[in-house]
Amino acid sequence: MPSLGADMTAGTLAKWRVAVGDRISHGDIIAEVETDKGLIEVEVFETGVVEKLLVGEGEKVPVGTVLAEIGAGAATATVPESASVPESASVPATGSASVPVSASESAAGSIISAGSSEVDLDGPMASPAVRRRAHELDVSLRGVQGSGEHGRITLDDLEGFPRGSAAAAIVGGRLRISPYARRLALERGIDIAQVRGTGLSGAIQARDVLSAKPSVQESGKPVSASERMQRAIAAAMTRANDEIPHYYVEQSIDMGNALTWLREANASLNVTERLVSGVLVLRAVARALRKHKKLNATWQGGKPVPSEEVHVGLAVSLRGGGLVAPALRNTDEGSLTDLMARMTDLVSRARSGALRSSELTSATITLTSLGERGVESVTPIIFPPQVAIVGCGATFERPWVVDGQVVPRPVMRVTLGGDHRVSNGHQGARFLSALDRLLQEPEKL
Amino acid sequence: MTSDEIHATLLRCLTDVAPDIADEEIEDDADLRDELDLDSMDILRWVQGIHKALGVEIPEEDYGKIASFEDAIAYVAARV
Repeated sequence: MPSLGADMTAGTLAKWRVAVGDRISHGDIIAEVETDKGLIEVEVFETGVVEKLLVGEGEKVPVGTVLAEIGAGAATATVPESASVPESASVPATGSASVPVSASESAAGSIISAGSSEVDLDGPMASPAVRRRAHELDVSLRGVQGSGEHGRITLDDLEGFPRGSAAAAIVGGRLRISPYARRLALERGIDIAQVRGTGLSGAIQARDVLSAKPSVQESGKPVSASERMQRAIAAAMTRANDEIPHYYVEQSIDMGNALTWLREANASLNVTERLVSGVLVLRAVARALRKHKKLNATWQGGKPVPSEEVHVGLAVSLRGGGLVAPALRNTDEGSLTDLMARMTDLVSRARSGALRSSELTSATITLTSLGERGVESVTPIIFPPQVAIVGCGATFERPWVVDGQVVPRPVMRVTLGGDHRVSNGHQGARFLSALDRLLQEPEKL
Repeated sequence: MTSDEIHATLLRCLTDVAPDIADEEIEDDADLRDELDLDSMDILRWVQGIHKALGVEIPEEDYGKIASFEDAIAYVAARV
C-alpha cells in the first residue's frame, strides 16, 4: 500500500485492475485505492508478470503492506531487489539492517510496496519513551509509519494509529489473515486494519472479524469521505506547522503584459485551445524554479533533497470542501497549450476522484491560487515533504507607477512560503523577482 | 432548437464539467461563480462543451454575458 502523502496511514484496495498471470509494464495502473484523498489509481514501477494478489478488494490495510507479487516472467535471471514506489518522499527508509521477505515469497520476483518490502531485524527505530507508549496504547510498532528522521517512530505517529490494531498481524509487510476471515470482513464491511488478531503471531481469524464492529466515529455515525479528507489535511498541516520553520516573502506583480498577451492569444486560438491566466503563472513558477533549486526540493531523512525536475503540485479545491494538490510533472517543459491541456485533465480528474498515485507523491513544490474569489493575498502552509509553496491572490486594478506616471494596472500579490531549514528570505525574494521578470515576457513562456 | 432543448444541453455540459453539482442545485438564475463555485477553468470547459454540442462559440469578452445559467441560455438561443 503506497504512501500517497505524509498524512496517509492506511488505504482500502477498492479494485484490482490486473489478474494473476497478467503481464504488466512500468507505468501501468494495476489497482484503485480508496484513500482520504479519494479514489487513487496505483501505478506500478516494475515490468513482469503478476504472480499473487495478496490483498482482497474492499480490504483496508496499513501503508507499507505488500499488495501483490510480480514475477520476472521468463527473464528470471534479472530479479529486481525491490519494487518500492519511487519518489514517495514521504516514505522514510527504516534505517536499520534488513533482509528480504521470506525466500519463498520473493524468490520469483519483486514485491509492490511503498513502504519497506523487507523485514527489519531489530524492529522499527523508536525511542524507549515511544516503545513504552506503544505498549500502553497496545500498538505494534511494526505497523506504524515513522515520520521522524530515518523513519524513526515518534510519539505523534502513535497517537493517530489504531489501538490494538492489526499491526500485530503484519509480518514482513504482510497482513496475516485467513482467507475465510478476509472474505467475512469484506462481506460485513469490517475494516481489518482495526481488527485485533488472536491467532498465531496475531493473525486475524474469523472469530476476530465476527466480534469486530464497523468503523464509526465516537458519536456512532459513519465517518464521511469529506470528514476523512479534512482530517488528513489537518494532520499534514499540523505536522507542517510543528516541523517546518516557515518564512514568508511577498511581491506585487504587474500582470498587464501577461493578460494583454493572453487576451490576444485567446482571440486567435480555437476555443478548444484557449488558455487561462493560471497556466501562465504555473509555467512562470516552474521556469523560475529552474534557477532556484533550493525551493524545488523535498525534505528527506533530515536533509533537503533537490529535484532536477520541476513537478508543481496544483492545489485543487473540491466543491464538497476537500483539497488535493496533485503534481503536474515537468511543469517547465512543453508548450503552453500542452500544459493547459494537462492542467485541465488533472483538475478534472482531481474533482472526479481519478488521480494516479504518482501524481500525489511527486510534487516538488505547490502552487495555490485563491484569486478567483477576490482574496488579496494568501499565506500558505508548506505541504510536507516539500520545502516551499507559492500562493497567489486576485489580480486587481491598482494605481501603479510606469515611466514616472501613475497608471491603472492589473496587479497580483504573490507570496512565497519557504522552509528556513533549506532556504532564506533573500533566496525567496530572488525567486519572486525571477517570477516577476518571467511574467513580463509571457510570449517566452 | 427549442429553449427546453438548449436548457437541457447546457445543463448536461455543466454537469460534465462539475459532476459534483447535482442537477437540482442548478437554478436558472444561479450565479455560476458565486453560487455554483465555478472557477475560470470550469467556465472555459463549459464554453468548450457548449461549442462542441451546439457549435456556438463564446468569445472571452462575452463571458460577462453568461454569468448565470439563464443568461447563458438566452445568449446561446440568440446564436444557435
